[in-house]
Amino acid sequence: MQTHQYDVVIVGAGGAGMRAALEAGQRARTAVITKLYPTRSHTGAAQGGMCAALANVEEDSPEWHTFDTVKGGDFLVDQDAAEIMAKEAIDAVLDLEKMGLPFNRTPDGTIDQRRFGGHTRNHGEAAVRRACYSADRTGHMILQTLYQQCIKHNVDFFSEFYVLDLIFNEVDGERRTAGVVAYDLASGEIHVVRAKSVVFATGGAGKVYKTTSNAHTLTGDGMAIAYRRGVPLEDMEFFQFHPTGLAGLGILLSEAARGEGAILRNCDGERFMERYAPTLKDLAPRDVVARAMANEVREGRGAGPNKDYVLLDLTHLEPAHIDAKLPDITEFARTYLGIEPYTEPVPVFPTAHYAMGGIPTTVETEVLADNERVIPGMFAAGEVACVSVHGANRLGTNSLLDINVFGRRAGIAAAAFAAKAPWVELPESPEADTVALLEGMREREDGERIADIRRALQETMDANAQVFRSEATLKQALADIASLRERYDRASVQDKGRRFNTDLLEAVELGFLLDLAEVIVTGALERKESRGGHFREDYQNRDDVNYMRHTMAYRTENADGGAAVRLDFKPVVVTRYQPMERKF
Amino acid sequence: MTVTTEAPVKETPDAGGVPSFQVTMRLRRFNPESDTEPRWEDHTLTMHGTDRVLDALHKIKWEIDGSLTFRRSCAHGICGSDAMRINGRNRLACKTLLKDLPLDKPISVEPIKGLAVMKDLVVDMEPFYAAYKSIMPFLITTGNDPSRERRQSPEERERFDDTTKCILCAACTTSCPVYWSDGQYFGPQAIVGAHRFIFDSRDEGAEERLEILNDREGVWRCRTTFNCTDACPRGIEVTKAIQEVKQALLFRRV
Repeated sequence: MQTHQYDVVIVGAGGAGMRAALEAGQRARTAVITKLYPTRSHTGAAQGGMCAALANVEEDSPEWHTFDTVKGGDFLVDQDAAEIMAKEAIDAVLDLEKMGLPFNRTPDGTIDQRRFGGHTRNHGEAAVRRACYSADRTGHMILQTLYQQCIKHNVDFFSEFYVLDLIFNEVDGERRTAGVVAYDLASGEIHVVRAKSVVFATGGAGKVYKTTSNAHTLTGDGMAIAYRRGVPLEDMEFFQFHPTGLAGLGILLSEAARGEGAILRNCDGERFMERYAPTLKDLAPRDVVARAMANEVREGRGAGPNKDYVLLDLTHLEPAHIDAKLPDITEFARTYLGIEPYTEPVPVFPTAHYAMGGIPTTVETEVLADNERVIPGMFAAGEVACVSVHGANRLGTNSLLDINVFGRRAGIAAAAFAAKAPWVELPESPEADTVALLEGMREREDGERIADIRRALQETMDANAQVFRSEATLKQALADIASLRERYDRASVQDKGRRFNTDLLEAVELGFLLDLAEVIVTGALERKESRGGHFREDYQNRDDVNYMRHTMAYRTENADGGAAVRLDFKPVVVTRYQPMERKF
Repeated sequence: MTVTTEAPVKETPDAGGVPSFQVTMRLRRFNPESDTEPRWEDHTLTMHGTDRVLDALHKIKWEIDGSLTFRRSCAHGICGSDAMRINGRNRLACKTLLKDLPLDKPISVEPIKGLAVMKDLVVDMEPFYAAYKSIMPFLITTGNDPSRERRQSPEERERFDDTTKCILCAACTTSCPVYWSDGQYFGPQAIVGAHRFIFDSRDEGAEERLEILNDREGVWRCRTTFNCTDACPRGIEVTKAIQEVKQALLFRRV
């Protein structure tokens, strides 16, 4: 075992982690611990853009952006946080440009902007050009640019190190952050990293689902590690299903396609979004579009031999325009489905895309211990966190914005905390639980395969906790998860080695997914209303009287010692916008 | 799905109507804890029309042998984790459809060449990243930052568009015969990384970067074999970028 000591430890090297590292690294001794090489992070898969009311091409204001974010999030957004994000968006984009990000340009050389779902002029009048972009690889350029800046500033990375535990210790009866336990994939060695401040920026958990745009590595590690250590998780029942995944594969086709004029059609060629969202049509928020697509298929108007998808039509767009603005996603259609988007419509269906919920934080990214108190020294930013700026449904582009605005805030806050806080003593053998977890899994002989259990989990989540949910389907999912937990306890890995044992890590990751699936479904079962990305067949309306509140899920133990979920609730912060009917 | 019925493969319809076929994967295996030399291992699988090499590797890992080790993440060609030598050519496993390969003989999968093998298909990426870092891959400017964005015309932006697509997968660098035989040459990717900044109108570090590239082990080692261009999964014209850097060095202007 090795030990290290840093003022600030950042876990995860996607957009939020690296943006935090650039701030913290200039103020305190900082390390970034990341299970992937930084440039492999899933920020790089984001395509369409990053919204900011620059008003480079038409009139716009941060206040309109705030309103759209609140309404798009179906009034579960904390409005103080949304206002901060929309205001700081402008500097966040300009900062990236100054770091070298190659944004697409207007003829006069300023940053170009395009339309995106749910982003409107003057509180919903019409779509507005707010998304700053770099072709359809904006996330790739953000990830590359932040990594390049990290090279420039000599940021200290521990690449292919898996953080598997969070170390807390009691100081004067208060839980305080003391560091993390990490596993070096290359050697199999355990590292204890002591730190005054820990920033979680570990991303999402899309692999809870079978059909997903997410990377294989997005297994909710940070959320589950925090949850196991008693940190609540907020609003986990809200998962975004992106409307346009490549049918059958889930690979993302950016909303930018519709921003540039592409149209969704059913098997009759009808532009069906005109019926569901008369003003914004194909550019309504994602929950509205995904539900409409699933409904078209359910009512027999799906396309293809099995009538199980709809069509994204770009054939009326100029090939040169497609090549300039949407080169990557059209190549995905060609590579993976053999479809030529110039001349043929592309088969698409909703794909699990983004966790609106996560580790609850203040607007300064401090992690909440409960509704009132923070955990000193613990911070979170990006998809792993829930500020909450996305509420019940995130608007397109607001995730790239979130990681830049709150990643920056996390780096500053973590360094400021470390500058004044005393060191917290490490508890005795802080690595013991991690070693027991790994060795227990490694030493068990002749158990069931991890992959079989994972597949069963993903299938029940797709079948029972996806776009449409009901009490019956959610109860089925909970029962399935309970039996999968029992199977997981008897599972084993085949690779018993020390070096590059990805078999072992996949087993640990499945444990995280099982915990999170249970939290997602438990929250969804309790929320007897439909709001944003959470749609209940048996409660089809939003219920502001009983449910305009955040869910706070805590891990607790049953009488028999097994894990269970305890739900509590937190009020939504409302500053300016009272809930209104959500028409688009 | 309809599109897969055009696959040029032996078709045996299954329940879902998607054609399936038999494929033999011939894998280069090496376990540092038990093997002294790498060895070949064959697996014959039933796969489907939209399946990629990565799906075949996952099928082996998840259903046959959990110890098979490779890197992967996004699974759609954007994270750059899974560059491998597939039938002797550098490809991303997640972007190579099985149906596009000849299926009448085994498909060979090996680690990319020129970097030390750590286990099975996993290589040591540190020398590759070190080469990238050596060319100062970040915007260099002088003077105070403007209050708003730096101006750049669409034409100036277009000038370096191609090389901004790089995902650092190392397919180009590890396809280069000079890189295999010369421990010092920093390889095509580092030149691509430099090109992205040298031809960016906002950047003022071209002179410094060109000096680094002008080194004895620099851009002049390129023998224009075009392996790198063929290997690039992002379609970057790597050899062309290298030629442009050479010309900039010769004429000292960009």
